[in-house]
Amino acid sequence: MAPLIQLSHVTKTFGTGEAQFQALKGVDLKVASGDFVAIMGPSGSGKSTMMNILGCLDVPSGGQYLFKGHDVGSLDRDQRALLRRRYLGFVFQGYNLLARTSALENVELPLIYRGDGREVRQTLSMAALTKVGLADWAGHTPSELSGGQQQRVAIARALVTNPELLLADEPTGNLDSERSVEIMELLTQLNQTSGITVLMVTHEPDMARFAERIIHFRDGLVDHVDSNKAVPA
Amino acid sequence: MLFTTFILAFRSIRRHLMRSFLTTLGIIIGVAAVITMVTLGEATTLAVQKQIASLGNNILLVRPGQGFGRGGGGPQPSDFDARDVAAIRDQIAGITAVAPQASSAVTAVYEGSNWTTTVNGTTADFFSVQPWPLVAGRSFEPDEELAGKAVCILGNTVRKNLFTGGGEPDAPLGQRIRLNGISCLVIGLLSTRGQAGFGGDQDDVVIMPIKTVQRRLTGNLDIRVMLVGVDQAYDSPTVQTAITGLLRQRRQITGDKQDDFNIFDTAQISATLTATTTLLTGIVTAVAAISLVVGGIGIMNIMLVSVTERTREIGIRLAIGAVANEVLTQFLVEAIVLSCLGGVIGIALAQVLVLIIAPLMQVPWLFVPRINLLAFLIAAAIGMVFGYFPARRAAGLNPIDALRAE
Repeated sequence: MAPLIQLSHVTKTFGTGEAQFQALKGVDLKVASGDFVAIMGPSGSGKSTMMNILGCLDVPSGGQYLFKGHDVGSLDRDQRALLRRRYLGFVFQGYNLLARTSALENVELPLIYRGDGREVRQTLSMAALTKVGLADWAGHTPSELSGGQQQRVAIARALVTNPELLLADEPTGNLDSERSVEIMELLTQLNQTSGITVLMVTHEPDMARFAERIIHFRDGLVDHVDSNKAVPA
Repeated sequence: MLFTTFILAFRSIRRHLMRSFLTTLGIIIGVAAVITMVTLGEATTLAVQKQIASLGNNILLVRPGQGFGRGGGGPQPSDFDARDVAAIRDQIAGITAVAPQASSAVTAVYEGSNWTTTVNGTTADFFSVQPWPLVAGRSFEPDEELAGKAVCILGNTVRKNLFTGGGEPDAPLGQRIRLNGISCLVIGLLSTRGQAGFGGDQDDVVIMPIKTVQRRLTGNLDIRVMLVGVDQAYDSPTVQTAITGLLRQRRQITGDKQDDFNIFDTAQISATLTATTTLLTGIVTAVAAISLVVGGIGIMNIMLVSVTERTREIGIRLAIGAVANEVLTQFLVEAIVLSCLGGVIGIALAQVLVLIIAPLMQVPWLFVPRINLLAFLIAAAIGMVFGYFPARRAAGLNPIDALRAE
């Protein structure tokens, strides 16, 4: 079976002429289904660019990105949107929830685009909120929730469609260490109980420790890979 | 998919009530201003046209003297007489009737009421040269005209001031009033005609057979004014020239001597007033167009600002799997809903404004479907265009760039 994600010699260049900057210089990477991978590296090492390409939010300038064996580079904008809708879930550092919109309606949003009916939406969204421990906060808007709670709503929104891959870009970047550990435990639990593949960018070694594998980026290339698995499963 | 887009659009409107309200307000003001202006403009035009119509179509007023008034210096030009009337009636082609007029100021008395007014002596032709129907009773019979009987037809102002007791509207018929001491039978009541185009109450008049007025009130056979009705099929300047020629001959004015009478064509007043009204309508339309543009710019600004602040939201929607078209459709639906809502409220507001202002301007209340529809369509179009294009730009961004927008 093809790995969930396979990158071969992926490059990404920003700008043109003298201002040209190569953020990725030929990355090769494989992520199997069910993995929990952390991507680490100093600022400017290309880890966020990597994340955006993996999330189909951006396209590589060169090389090939296969998602479930399909070449993402051959997809157009709308097809990439449909791929995100069907297989991916996003968690951002800044939460990116819709303002003045209740937690429940925020979680419902991907289901609306998927075309689910009202009752299905309500059931699935409440289940997702329950999973992140916010069932009692469903009616609250982001401004009425703490940072940790907002991030949990964002996680509920990411997993409500039951995605195969959850992409988290510095999910704990705005949170204190206690909240951060809670979020990481939640991601670990999702990975282990629901079998969702988790890919996370972080610059905090404490957070990366929750992952099974840590991929270190440096100057637009994979520097080295650490494995946290004490005993192979 | 369309249904979900509607859900999202309505949720978004509900959540951003202030923004929605401001957008709508721009449209409301634009639409209401345009409709109010144009409606009041049209109402004024209508009022003026009504006054023109009350003058009657194509009547020539033949009076002694040069120009308006009797002119200063020199001998007083003489009034006309019955033979002039007969000559015009018999010798000029293209006229429907000639109504002579002789008038006198009188005090009318009925029971306890008295009222100072003008008696206008004329013939039954008075009612055929101009549209001035009776609301009750009848005009003069030929024998009453010939014999100079004391019968009269009352203008509405006179009726109101003499017959204060109320009762049936035609109660004055068959009653006798006294005009400077002459007992006179009321045989008809005139409809209301209103203010004349150049001031003066046209309803403050009593109409009597001209012979009666000449014999019993003025004491001579002079005719002050002749009203000449011009046949629709004829050109009134031609008829005017023919009458001028005839009267010069009868009054023995030869060579290059000036006329000692003047002929006033009511068609000239109509033409002048119509030209003024056309100009007025033009100005009002220009002002209305400006207010629509101003309203449009307001709508545009709010739409542009809200799309900029919503770029992040568009990024979020795209990231979680919305196709660009779905985001665009949502924005379009929002713009349409707000624009149409604003348009409807604007139309309603305009009717209220017209209802309040029209009586103050003394013009009739009007509903002009054309301008209501036009203003609504333009406002809706502006809302849609400016809601759609900035949204299209935002939806065309890379999701990641849209997400980074501050």
